[in-house]
Amino acid sequence: MNEQIILEVTNFSKHFKVGGFGKTGILHASDNLNFSVNESEIVALVGESGSGKSTIARTLAGIYKPTTGEILFTGQNISSIGKKELRGNMPMVFQDPFASINPVYRVGHGIDRTLKLHRPELNKNQRKDAAVDLLEKVGLIPGVEIINRYPHELSGGQRQRLGFAQSLASKPKLILADEPVSMLDVSIRIGLLNLMRNLRDQEKVSILYITHDLASARYIADRMIVLYAGQIVEEGPSEDIVKNPKHPYTKLLMQTAPQSREQIANFGSNTNDMGEPPKVIDPKPGCRFSNRCPVAISKCQDEDPQLKSIDAFRKLSCFVES
Amino acid sequence: MSEKLLHVNDLSVAYQTAKGDATAVKNVSFDLAPGEFLAIVGESGCGKSTLLFAIAQLLSNPARISGGNIYYQNQDLNTLNKEQLRQLRWREISVVMQSAMNALNPVLTIEAQLSDVCKAHTDWDEGKIKQRSQEVMQMVSIDPIHLKSYAFQLSGGMRQRAMIAMAMILNPKLVIMDEPTSALDVVAQSSLMVQIQQLRKELGFSVLFVTHDMHVVTKFSDRLAVMYAGEIVEIGKTQEIFANPKHPYTIGLLDAFPSLVGVKKELTGIPGNPPSLLNNILGCSFAPRCKQVQGICKTQTPPEVILDSINVRCHLLSSRN
Repeated sequence: MNEQIILEVTNFSKHFKVGGFGKTGILHASDNLNFSVNESEIVALVGESGSGKSTIARTLAGIYKPTTGEILFTGQNISSIGKKELRGNMPMVFQDPFASINPVYRVGHGIDRTLKLHRPELNKNQRKDAAVDLLEKVGLIPGVEIINRYPHELSGGQRQRLGFAQSLASKPKLILADEPVSMLDVSIRIGLLNLMRNLRDQEKVSILYITHDLASARYIADRMIVLYAGQIVEEGPSEDIVKNPKHPYTKLLMQTAPQSREQIANFGSNTNDMGEPPKVIDPKPGCRFSNRCPVAISKCQDEDPQLKSIDAFRKLSCFVES
Repeated sequence: MSEKLLHVNDLSVAYQTAKGDATAVKNVSFDLAPGEFLAIVGESGCGKSTLLFAIAQLLSNPARISGGNIYYQNQDLNTLNKEQLRQLRWREISVVMQSAMNALNPVLTIEAQLSDVCKAHTDWDEGKIKQRSQEVMQMVSIDPIHLKSYAFQLSGGMRQRAMIAMAMILNPKLVIMDEPTSALDVVAQSSLMVQIQQLRKELGFSVLFVTHDMHVVTKFSDRLAVMYAGEIVEIGKTQEIFANPKHPYTIGLLDAFPSLVGVKKELTGIPGNPPSLLNNILGCSFAPRCKQVQGICKTQTPPEVILDSINVRCHLLSSRN
């Protein structure tokens, strides 16, 4: 693992005001997060909807401003980096490939615009060559033909590849991928996951992969960060977490995730958990998972657990397990 | 299988387009026994939702049933008029739609929507409707207090359960579910499936369940049908198909999932895209994407063969027989 840190997030919180009619509260979308992303590394943020994954991505992209905390991108605070430079270095790939590409322009348009903005040294012909090259890098072959198509002529998987080609155009250091495969068909997903791994290995780009699917996170990510109700509950190398999950929430996710083909034939009913992640409005102290937790003790209701290192690579936020 | 609840025979559905008919469902035949759970899986565009809509007689222009029959308790649904169908709906056959947020009325409470169903299909009085509404809400583990809630006040999982409560209210014999879990989180998905399973055991209805995610149904369905380009390419007992899939497409689908356990291995998925349904496909529709394609696959439609009680359409397997 390369030790150079691309992105460092310290004590990050994002709160929103909610309500009205005299009944206002503060929604804690993200609370006190600390994590980092190294050079050419895929880090997965795993959690259910409402766990604050997209809030993190949007703050990193400069759409929200953090309530507290600091976000350093290659050592520089992101609030001091210009929006254009920030988005060139840290572009985003969105969840919905049908809504995130302008339908009235040809495929080449989006890439060409990015190139114009972020690599002004190229002339028109060079940009076209670069665009074809980018399309072929993401597996849209033959690039010379696809560059003149319209988005409706591409399938969902091809459009999402185009999304990656557009974000690669500015030669980024880190790509924010917000659920890039969840809208795609299962037979196509794996191709995109493989693409992300290739980009890491060949282009040396880091990816923050946001997902609710633990199995795909294990497949591509070097490290995994498990979020629950806006807080990190567990962090560590993907293989370690999957082989030996510590936090009760990670265990619950493991139980509900798709199992391997070999296991299914003799696999019984798994869980009766009917809970859902809470909306954290004006939180009281106590572990936010405690009301769903099968091993909760009284301390869990009264005190906030802290994220602590349990060995050289892993961190855990739980009073019971260690 | 002597008694059948539903018998679909050689059903075809076509969408009329400017370029000619697109056949979305092609010569599909299957049976459903009382109390049975049949899952239909396939990629988007394989015709699985169209098939469900055809069975529920909910197709509207430009789609039409271009051939075949659908028998529900020996009654051909294609021949029924609107009033006869209205009699069947909700009481005999009910449908749970994919997106509960869009399927529930946003300006009416859950209670109003439940009583709407009862008033249209029964002569129950207010007291009876209220009692039954509370019963079904409890059945799906929602506090009856939420009868007074609007759809937006419920979470995604609860909305979907409310949809199921509505489908249960008149105790139908067949419940058709069109991807009820696909908009939900993994944990909510699995709890919803457990819930459906429990209800099915208690009430004994049959389920026709469409999904693109095989793993959602593996633990719950009795039988599995795999659709590709409008055809059922493989149908049989779920456990047997999982243990020993026959059709190259099924094998590809099963191998497209990264796993959480065992050795991490390189996966490839299925290259290429499903064919356009506009063209009449010569031979096997999966041939252009198949790794084991042979000469015969491109010219002749594969016949259906039965191997280990799994019905499958593939030349590789028919030549082995």
